[in-house]
Amino acid sequence: MTSRKIEILVGFFVALGIAAVLFLALNVASQGVSGSGETYQLKAKFSNIGGLKVRSAVKVGGVVVGRVESIQLDPVDYAPVATLAIDKQYDNFPDTSSVAILTSGLLGEQYLGLEPGFIDETVEILKNGDYIEDTKSALVLEELIGQFLFNQGSDD
Amino acid sequence: MRALQTLGQGTIERTAAIGRAAMMLSGAIFGKFNPIRAFPLFVKQVHVVGVLSLIIILVSGLFIGMVLALQGYTVLIDYGAEDSLGPMVSLALLRELGPVVTALLFAGRAGSALTAEIGLMKATEQLTSLEMMAVDPIKRVVAPRFWAGVFSMPILALLFSSVGILGGHLVGVEWLGVDHGSFWSIMQANVDFTKDVLNGVIKSIVFAFVVTWIALFRGYDAIPTSEGISQATTKTVVQSSLAVLGLDFVLTALMFGN
Repeated sequence: MTSRKIEILVGFFVALGIAAVLFLALNVASQGVSGSGETYQLKAKFSNIGGLKVRSAVKVGGVVVGRVESIQLDPVDYAPVATLAIDKQYDNFPDTSSVAILTSGLLGEQYLGLEPGFIDETVEILKNGDYIEDTKSALVLEELIGQFLFNQGSDD
Repeated sequence: MRALQTLGQGTIERTAAIGRAAMMLSGAIFGKFNPIRAFPLFVKQVHVVGVLSLIIILVSGLFIGMVLALQGYTVLIDYGAEDSLGPMVSLALLRELGPVVTALLFAGRAGSALTAEIGLMKATEQLTSLEMMAVDPIKRVVAPRFWAGVFSMPILALLFSSVGILGGHLVGVEWLGVDHGSFWSIMQANVDFTKDVLNGVIKSIVFAFVVTWIALFRGYDAIPTSEGISQATTKTVVQSSLAVLGLDFVLTALMFGN
């Protein structure tokens, strides 16, 4: 085989490799949260975070607007505090907004459902580093069963 | 006394072999070379090692992706979770099957050929002749093959994964009727470029390094008889397959362990 033909085949091979990288990067892997990539932080204090993890999605009406950036215990009252990185283009959440830990499907992953609140003159807009006051913790199955049994017992 | 002697002899031989392998590798990696003269040799070896392995890699990738989709579907449908077929197929391929199966096929297809070629060069005293002509056989014969292997295998693994995902799409979406949109969108939501794709590439670079090294060393160190070459070829396939599977566990534990 001439060296020219070999070089063409090797060039084809490398081009295929580049095409595979592009295919995997653009079609298979996630393209990040959104185009801008700039985020601001909100915080939310829960009593129990259940199975929430770092990088879990934050959704508004099912649309991903951000991710959980870190989860730490509050140094004073030992309640878990989740720090959310929200996309800059959604920066108009009022401080009456609420956030709940929800589960996608019956056995699926847990995510944060952010519910925008009402706006009037007295309500302020959440800024970088603000706390979302109204939070609902994760449903823990064992606690539910415990409550159910407790209620059963007290009926008698 | 006899047992002790055998033990000692074995240990010394193994250690010496590791030393010779390391010498050969360092010669291939750090040896000075002339880029203009070395590049055509490298391109020729990429053709032999990479381009000619394309068919087997693409066909196995396609069929493994199709089988994964078929098997995954039969289990996932019981839980109504057949939409998760996309991430299942793509994560399995990108993280594990792509790099590992490519490395195993590469060891069988290209590694054994490298060993046999260099072993025969040694048996017919071509390597000695090169040395007589003041050409370093490590630079001229070993180094281009080594770099060609390290360069080709990650590309082959990426192609394997891509074709496998397309095969999974073929069976899952076209044949079994998983929804087209959810197949791709749930896959995109679950596959991370750095964590999954890049880690797979790192894995296959490590495998390429090890498999090519073993293949070249087994050929370079072969006993120059027909029997010696056949033993060396067998050793290449066995040892590089074992090394790939063992290393895969270590790498997986490091990358995805926590």
